[in-house]
Amino acid sequence: MEGLNFSFGHIWPEVIFLAMVLLLFAGAMSRSAAFAKSMIKLCPVAAIIAAITAAATTDADAVMFFGSYRIDGMSQFFKILVALGYTVAWFNTITQTTVEEERKSDYYVFLTLSAFGLLLLSSAAELVAVYLAMELSSYSLYILIPARTRSKQAAEAGLKYILFGAAATALALYGLSFIIATHHVTTIKDLALLDWSMADSALAVVGLTLFLGGMFFKLALFPFHFWCPDVYQGSGNETAAYVATLPKLGAVIVLIRLATFLTPGEALTDILAILAAVSITYGNLCALAQKDLKRMLGFSSVAHAGYILVGLVPGTAEGLAAAAFYAMAYILMNLLCFWIISRIATDGRNLCYEDLNGLSARSPLLALALLMGAFSLVGLPPTVGFIGKLWLITSAWGHGYDWLVIVVCVNTAIAIFYYLSLVRHSYTEENIPVGGAQSLVLDKSALSQGGALVLGLLVFILGVLPGPVWNLVLSASQTLLP
Amino acid sequence: MDQFSSYPVLTVLTFWPLAAALLLAFVKTDSAVRVVTLIASLIELLLAIPLVGFKAQSGFQFLESIPWAAWGLSYTMGVDGISILMIWLSILTLPMCVLCSWTYIGRRIKEFHVCLLLMTTACVGVFSALDLVLFYVFWEALLIPMYLMIAIWGGDQRRYASIKFFLYTLAGSTLLLVAIVALRIVSGTFSIPELMQANFSFKFQYWIFLAFFIAFAIKVPMFPFHTWLPAAHVQAPSAGSVILAAVLLKMGTYGFLRFSLPICPAASASFAPMMIAISIASILYGGAVALGQKDIKKLIAYSSVAHMGFVTLGIFLFTQEGINGAIFQMLNHGIITGALFMLIGAVYERSHSREIENNLGLGKYLPAFMFFWGLFGLASFGFPGTNGFVGEFIIIMAAFKVSNVVGFLTIPGALLSAAYILKVTLKMAWGQPASPQGKSWLDLKKKEWAYLIVPAALVVYLGLAPSGLLGLIGPSVKDTADDFAARRNLVNVIEVTSVKGEPEGKIYEEDLLLTSSKTPVASEEVN
Repeated sequence: MEGLNFSFGHIWPEVIFLAMVLLLFAGAMSRSAAFAKSMIKLCPVAAIIAAITAAATTDADAVMFFGSYRIDGMSQFFKILVALGYTVAWFNTITQTTVEEERKSDYYVFLTLSAFGLLLLSSAAELVAVYLAMELSSYSLYILIPARTRSKQAAEAGLKYILFGAAATALALYGLSFIIATHHVTTIKDLALLDWSMADSALAVVGLTLFLGGMFFKLALFPFHFWCPDVYQGSGNETAAYVATLPKLGAVIVLIRLATFLTPGEALTDILAILAAVSITYGNLCALAQKDLKRMLGFSSVAHAGYILVGLVPGTAEGLAAAAFYAMAYILMNLLCFWIISRIATDGRNLCYEDLNGLSARSPLLALALLMGAFSLVGLPPTVGFIGKLWLITSAWGHGYDWLVIVVCVNTAIAIFYYLSLVRHSYTEENIPVGGAQSLVLDKSALSQGGALVLGLLVFILGVLPGPVWNLVLSASQTLLP
Repeated sequence: MDQFSSYPVLTVLTFWPLAAALLLAFVKTDSAVRVVTLIASLIELLLAIPLVGFKAQSGFQFLESIPWAAWGLSYTMGVDGISILMIWLSILTLPMCVLCSWTYIGRRIKEFHVCLLLMTTACVGVFSALDLVLFYVFWEALLIPMYLMIAIWGGDQRRYASIKFFLYTLAGSTLLLVAIVALRIVSGTFSIPELMQANFSFKFQYWIFLAFFIAFAIKVPMFPFHTWLPAAHVQAPSAGSVILAAVLLKMGTYGFLRFSLPICPAASASFAPMMIAISIASILYGGAVALGQKDIKKLIAYSSVAHMGFVTLGIFLFTQEGINGAIFQMLNHGIITGALFMLIGAVYERSHSREIENNLGLGKYLPAFMFFWGLFGLASFGFPGTNGFVGEFIIIMAAFKVSNVVGFLTIPGALLSAAYILKVTLKMAWGQPASPQGKSWLDLKKKEWAYLIVPAALVVYLGLAPSGLLGLIGPSVKDTADDFAARRNLVNVIEVTSVKGEPEGKIYEEDLLLTSSKTPVASEEVN
């Protein structure tokens, strides 16, 4: 198996995205605006084809590039998510007003490049490859975040993201050096066979902890979350929709791969469990106090990062599958909420709760979709958020982390208040503040309504009939475990 | 197994309202929305006709089961004597709610009726689900339309009341989910009938009972957890109050009967003194506070606390009579309090006030209204000849059989309920209004007659001939009580073995399934 083992058949999604990046780059370089525009319009088609090619190879199990690149069910599942999430993000960004017209082609180059990095990350099975793929996707984000025109906040957010990102990267690299120094291997498959107890290989555990820190930064887990609310708030709504969702997938897939060598009771597993609990509680408590919707969603994503981690703690196939499933649920409901926010803030402003007042009268469909998204984020049935959470806690119970399950469930009661505020303002508040977003023309185009309908239905349908997706991720995670 | 063959009545009953709600999206005018919802609710009643074939026997009937999703989740529906009356109550409530909202609800009519229909879906689902997760899905799904109903169509403080309602009930059910997950991991199944047969260790039962208790006690609501109820009732629109009183509160007591008793019998037995004490506290406290109310709706809301106290008391006596009375009283309370809330809605439409002060002397202007009020009022405090009497009488009798102290403690509760109902009825019928505005008020309209005559007939019929219904629920109640009596002693087993310090005693301390064969042997040791 050690060898190049290159085969095109398994990496069509990556090839398609790479081709797309190159075409967009050509479009950005060319003098013809029409060419650039048509390249941009090609993106969703290409992304959907990439998703289909990934879906066609979910039963593959191949290792390429000397063991550093792995095509398996889990990688393909995440590639489907990245490709489809990219499609939604693309439709979301296409009408945005905060990016200048001449910068738009550059914007899509980096958006696509970032997604391409995430595709690589889904398959990276070796720590250096993980690092490179992650940087590829991060560097693109460093450019996307400040792309909001003439916004000091966006510049601040961009700077913060770069500084935090650089620090986290340095941390991860430092940790990587410890791992290499101790174990002399870097492929995850070989590392999984080694000993990860604090007593026997302390240096490696410290190294892995630091390396995980880099992932936690991407995932915005406490205490690596400080960039998250600021970046959400500072970047454009549409950019935030992307930053909030897809890059998290990259961190989750890496964590899922690394979690295969965690077993309950180890020091590292305990750290994960504690970080999850603190992240959930801290994220929810902070979100309670927010007025800006994107900031609120930023803190809510800190909490959701903790939820995803719950699945990594028990060290079972069910747990990993639950984490993967919840990652899907997470991007779905966040894309939905950001979709609605972007449709309301047609001039690209930041929204606060009051801007939702009277939404149900202005557009029943958008309000209903927002309601679905909010209740899914809480984890109420019948939504995908509920079934995802149910599987997370079912997999975590009985492995020595029962307290974590209780923390997760009790947090639902904290979280309900601020998510309910979304519903409360859009359904029950009639008094409309002067100069609020209500003075804007709501985007009620077919695209806007259709997107809300599709995402809202997905949240509902995957919550009622999660079976097929679950079976896919479960069989994928079974092959991951040694 | 003829129930298997023909037609999935429970599924149809659950999802027909949902389909009707989708149908409403295509209805244009407001009056058409009302008519379509009314027709849909009558169709729902017609669809329920096969349920008349419910046989008075133990076990679940009208079973349907298909695998639902991974991890052993299944879509299993079925009814037994404990749930059948609640299902009837849920679907009977729907047309009455549509009728009593006909003029009461004046804005956002389509959304309102969609909420009503969705609530019916969730209610029927809760009472017929035989899979824990399915149950939980319906249980929580009910919150969303109920929240919207209070928050959008409620009174002045609707936002406060709706959020309080949501926070309380959601906070209660978070631990219910933990309990469900723990049950799944320990026993390996989500299936309610299987779990009802499982014998868990006492320690495990103890924690499961507490988790269940918080969820159900908030829903009932029992005494210290009741504060959301008056707020929600007072602020909710008429139909919201009706569903809240008639169906939603029953979900809590149903939960105690369906889950707490069979799944954790030993823990239930050991918690019984506390439960009985809280029930009596609910009866006395609810009654005393109701006596002091000036707002009619608040008065009836607090009377609900008292009445539901009787229900939980009946359940935790663990005798056949007690449970019989509890189920009967659940139905009664649904009918009577539902009807009283509809009457309050009717009078509010005339006087635009819920204060007793503003609704004095109605006997002169609204004789038909006062007739119905009087009838339901009498039923509410258990006047002989009404269904309220039968339910309360059975429970009080059962209480005396178990303990004279408990029996005597319930008597002031019964007296209090007579006092507050008579007080408010007296004022409403013969009070001297400050201004003679009532002259212009019209007495009950045809629609109001239509939605009041059904509960009125039930009140009298069930009051005079309760044996039919009691016979229908009898076998299931007997099963529950017998099964409980057989398995409650598990508590002694564990205490004795652990006290003696026998080495095998440690096995019981782990959360393991006890084999049922051990139970009788060990309990003989105790006795």
